[in-house]
Amino acid sequence: MRDYTNELLELIRLTSTNLPKQVEDRLKAALANEEPGSAAQAALETILKNVAMTRKNSTPICQDSGTPIFYIHAPAFIDRDELTRQIRTAVELATKQSYLRPNAVDALTGTNTGNNLGDDFFPTIHFQTSETDVLTIDLLLKGGGCENVGAQYSLPDDNLKAKRDLDGVRRAALDAVYQAQGEGCSPGFLGIAIGGDRGTSYLASKEVFLRDPDDKNLNADLDKLEDQITTEANQLGIGPMGFGGKSTVLGTKIKTAHRLPASFFVTISYMCWAYRRHKMIIIGAKTIYE
Amino acid sequence: MKKHLTIPISADEIKRLHVGDSVLLSGVIMTGRDAFHKWIHDVFINKTIPSTQEDLDILKQIKPLLDEGLIYHCGPVVSGLDSKQYHFVAAGPTTSVREEPYQADVIKFLNLRGVIGKGGMGQKTLESCHEAPAVYFHAIGGAAALIAESIVEVLGVHKLEFGVPEAMWIIKVKDLPVIVTMDAHNASLHTTIQERSKAAVDTLLT
Repeated sequence: MRDYTNELLELIRLTSTNLPKQVEDRLKAALANEEPGSAAQAALETILKNVAMTRKNSTPICQDSGTPIFYIHAPAFIDRDELTRQIRTAVELATKQSYLRPNAVDALTGTNTGNNLGDDFFPTIHFQTSETDVLTIDLLLKGGGCENVGAQYSLPDDNLKAKRDLDGVRRAALDAVYQAQGEGCSPGFLGIAIGGDRGTSYLASKEVFLRDPDDKNLNADLDKLEDQITTEANQLGIGPMGFGGKSTVLGTKIKTAHRLPASFFVTISYMCWAYRRHKMIIIGAKTIYE
Repeated sequence: MKKHLTIPISADEIKRLHVGDSVLLSGVIMTGRDAFHKWIHDVFINKTIPSTQEDLDILKQIKPLLDEGLIYHCGPVVSGLDSKQYHFVAAGPTTSVREEPYQADVIKFLNLRGVIGKGGMGQKTLESCHEAPAVYFHAIGGAAALIAESIVEVLGVHKLEFGVPEAMWIIKVKDLPVIVTMDAHNASLHTTIQERSKAAVDTLLT
């Protein structure tokens, strides 16, 4: 198997320093929509200046480079253990080169490993089998501020009047946005999973961040609900950084997962405005970054 | 209009600040987040852990720097770790509310004029801002490179064994851009926004 370490290092550099264009476009649209002279407008201006600066200077968009989460579609010829080793090497190199902050902290002693290498879950690597000869690796960097405001609801929830239906999902999502206030670095994005068990539901709620922010949900009802949640969340007036304003949520994506008869989880992962995600596609000797 | 303030900041200057004011901060500040707040609280305020000579030495060094000064809730990306020629590459604020259990005591103990962070803090901190007097300065979350530009020099570091994000970095800043979101007059933008959004969410969930 080839050595992909350098390509992986470039994927990490790109993801940490270069905000995807679709996200930047949404931030620009949000800026145009805020009141002139407001704190919300000032915050978005600062954010966009920072985005341009880090792209130009190749420095991290946010000091919290988060948990590196790799999603891999690997053809049969890929040795998964070897690719895992290469990913870990690339993560260590990226940390040395200040594209990532050392973020892996021993849960009990508080000791930082200093190189972003923790146990089996740090960095997080999800493998799936690719049915073609193409190797694709998606990288998501998700910071701790937004991770902390993620929430899981077990429906029905009497307080929220949330039943086991799409309106119940809407209620849970709006409550999560209200509870988060500006702490998740709004304006953010919502990844919502309906169903699963507690673990798979959180997993699915993050996986939806791999979707193109501009795409449509293939399920018409969910597509409508995605738009409705975004629109209603913005009526809360929390605004950028929680300063008040019109832009609180810039997009919502929903995924379903089969559940047990007894369980109906709605899991909301919050992604801050620094929605760092890029993809690397390897076809033969060619490497493409998206 | 942006106000310029130089650290140390006098009590009078702090009292003249109100929620919504844009401020450019200059002077020497220190980063401190979860590990720092727990350390100072356990060792010096609550005294649940006995102090070592090293703890006492650090306190002696930071006390004059922080008297009428500021703590920045920040876990930076720092280059030059091997050569000790430290440079802040990315240095946006971290979520402040995690320090709510400690902040009021720490403000009082160190005679701080405020803290810099993001997301705002709770009632206990707001009350201590009134008493001190002190304010909460909100920096823009995620604007890490832009903020790093206003950090002109890293003067030193304590407790690097806490890890790079959690260490206490002594830094010199020039025109660090912040907004006052909690002032010394019991006003908090965060409380206002929370109340307003509560009314809105209740309407949507009727």
